[in-house]
Amino acid sequence: MTEPLVSVRDLRIGATTDAGRKVEIIKGVNFDIAPGEIVALIGESGSGKTTIALSLMGHTRTGCRIDDGSIRLDQSDITTMSERDRMQVRGTEVSYVPQSAAAAFNPSKRIMDQVIEIAAIHDLMPRAEAEKKAVELFRALALPDADTLGQRYPHQVSGGQLQRLSAAMALIGDPKLVIFDEPTTALDVTTQIEVLRAFKSVMKKGGIAGVYVSHDLAVVAQIADRIIVLKGGEIQEVGTAEQILNAPQHAYTKQLLAAFEPVPHQPVAPTAQPARPKPILEVYDLSAGYGHMRNGVPAAKILKSVNFKIERGRNLGVIGESGSGKSTLARAVAGILPAYQGAVMVDGMEQKRDLKSRSKEELRRMQIVFQLADTALNPTHSIGTLLARPLTFYEGLRGKARDARVAELLDMVHLPAALRHRLPGELSGGQKQRVNLARALAANPELILCDEITSALDTVVAAAILELLKELQRELGLSYMFISHDLSTVEAICDDVLVMYKGEVVEALPAARMSTEATHPYSRLLISSVPRLDTGWLSGLEQDPELLAQFANR
Amino acid sequence: MMADSSSTTTTIKGPSWSFNWVGRIGLGIILFWALVALVGPWFSPYPPGEIVDWDFFGPMTGDYWMGTDYLGRDIFSRILMGARYTVGIALAAVTLACTLGVILGMVAAVAGGWFDMILSRLLDAFNGIPSLLFGLVVVAAVGSSIPVLVLTLTAIYMPGAYRFARALAVNVNTMDFVTVARARGESTPYLILREIFPNILGPVLADLGLRFVFIVLVLSGLSFLGLGVQPPNADWGALVRENIEGLSLGAPAVIFPSIAIASLTISVNMFIDNLPTKIRDRSE
Repeated sequence: MTEPLVSVRDLRIGATTDAGRKVEIIKGVNFDIAPGEIVALIGESGSGKTTIALSLMGHTRTGCRIDDGSIRLDQSDITTMSERDRMQVRGTEVSYVPQSAAAAFNPSKRIMDQVIEIAAIHDLMPRAEAEKKAVELFRALALPDADTLGQRYPHQVSGGQLQRLSAAMALIGDPKLVIFDEPTTALDVTTQIEVLRAFKSVMKKGGIAGVYVSHDLAVVAQIADRIIVLKGGEIQEVGTAEQILNAPQHAYTKQLLAAFEPVPHQPVAPTAQPARPKPILEVYDLSAGYGHMRNGVPAAKILKSVNFKIERGRNLGVIGESGSGKSTLARAVAGILPAYQGAVMVDGMEQKRDLKSRSKEELRRMQIVFQLADTALNPTHSIGTLLARPLTFYEGLRGKARDARVAELLDMVHLPAALRHRLPGELSGGQKQRVNLARALAANPELILCDEITSALDTVVAAAILELLKELQRELGLSYMFISHDLSTVEAICDDVLVMYKGEVVEALPAARMSTEATHPYSRLLISSVPRLDTGWLSGLEQDPELLAQFANR
Repeated sequence: MMADSSSTTTTIKGPSWSFNWVGRIGLGIILFWALVALVGPWFSPYPPGEIVDWDFFGPMTGDYWMGTDYLGRDIFSRILMGARYTVGIALAAVTLACTLGVILGMVAAVAGGWFDMILSRLLDAFNGIPSLLFGLVVVAAVGSSIPVLVLTLTAIYMPGAYRFARALAVNVNTMDFVTVARARGESTPYLILREIFPNILGPVLADLGLRFVFIVLVLSGLSFLGLGVQPPNADWGALVRENIEGLSLGAPAVIFPSIAIASLTISVNMFIDNLPTKIRDRSE
């Protein structure tokens, strides 16, 4: 066995909180990376995966510091180096690809200047040579117009291209180790495939070792040789990608995998309400957009004549890439963004397009829950106040009756009643999303519009929220309109699925047979692009290049 | 499946009503000056306008605790009298300016559209008038009195407070929790008072402290031009200005009013920067 490229021994990283309390973030971590090997660090948010990855460059986020242990990278001992020496190592020995390429590029400088910056800083090669090398890297990363791409500004290329460009930036100095920090998390699935392929081929060709930080097991399965499972700053399990996926040893790994397996949705048996056969929501020819209105039509049309129907007690999923108009659809149905054309009917009654002209009762029946629980809860109100308001507003509840109902609502979403004295900032992401749900339930609605409510959560937490949604549906006979870009989530909770593309519904499918029954080329592309928990999936994936060129926006 | 609520056991120290000693000192000094403004004139050893010493810019003596001014008037008495003007007028004006400005700013942010546009452009235009010139016109038209001074200073500083509050409120207004409240069918007053106001309170209070200092300065500027507090009375700023030549003579006449101004403005800011976390850090 050859000498490992990187060896980390008993790494401990700590931080001091504002209150002066010391917390240990990384609690004695050991691992090695062989030359040319890609190791994935996987775990939920707060598990310390990014902290470990950054420490390989000798960097810690503000307030953190490396307390103990050693990190050796090739010949250099990162932990004992001076900051000046570390600067020499960064970019040439080890480099970094950040999560958000859009935020990592300087918008006022041309791409080429930024990509070859490392070569210029370390005086590695003359400019002309660096530019030639950059163009070669662009080609290797399958970027279009490689010769002229460098002359553009960052806003002139797409998100997927920018992410590959940030990889080019990292690779220009011929590093031995590249750190990828969730580089595809913010990308659409169809774009993600292309980026992953590019990363994989360029790493393999150069024989470069990599650390791939992600919370997504399926993505990691495509690119990593070995997987390190982290939780709470400790390593839970280490193994080859095959072994972790197929024969997990540790309970936490099993839990992660279980959260990933879509649990097929069992449609709720139609309860005894045959007397009300009307669909809970019908949408006809709905069109909405943003911008200045001219002749009753907005400048930017987002939704184009959307039609669909949700039967009582059934769930509709809406899938599509970012920019496909999913959230706009939810907003137009809720009346937050008044539609300029078309009709929304709830229980057979037509709703006014504008929020202000809808009655309190109409508003009560349909509630909306947003993706980001942090921004959807007023940070200055306690949980109790947040939940009490809809009760007072819709039902006029006060005093003891209201307090009792608040406790009941918290119990419904499996939160302890004592939580009602807390502020939203003192809750975890999953708890906040539960409070968000409880607030929607406080209105006693019949339909809940869920706008990407699990997208910002960790896999295990998201699975718990989905379980809760199903339970609430059984108990309260709710219907959901569930918007997501994550197909497995939709599969887990929905009966029917709408596929949206550029503001139009391209296909309506039964959720359970989504992959087999899809006929529209875009739905097929979207469904086939979702990574599977299988290490050979990406290399075995064959997609029609014409189809890709037609629909994938990159 | 309760993995996400495992952190509930760690108790987090929430915001409280108690505040630290810096804030307490600030509050103490503000209360002290407020008390002086209320009862001070009864304790002043001499009438503030009377020339009591044949010497001008006199030193500190047992008779004249803080020396005498350029005419030989007792500085101690004049500071006690000036507290009423400075503390009273400045506090009243800053409170009015900020209250009006913040309310209008929040309404403009929530209402948007033509209301926002017209109000913003009007107040921007108003901002273009030099403050002392505006004071000059107002005092020339209606004469100088304390209510006129308070309203003039309010008018001068309200557009700034409006701009500041509007900028903050526009950001809060786009947050999802405001959208949720709007989708619930809440009225504009509720949105403004319950959803937006608590989230902009911290910065607005900091702005209030700064604006208070500016008002003290402009008030003394108005007095210097003969538009502010009318002689023989004088606010602290005027006391500094009329005795400024005494500085080269080492007279205490200019030092003590300066200390009075400094102690008041610094303590207002000390107090505001250290307000109880319950008020200041509600958004944290």
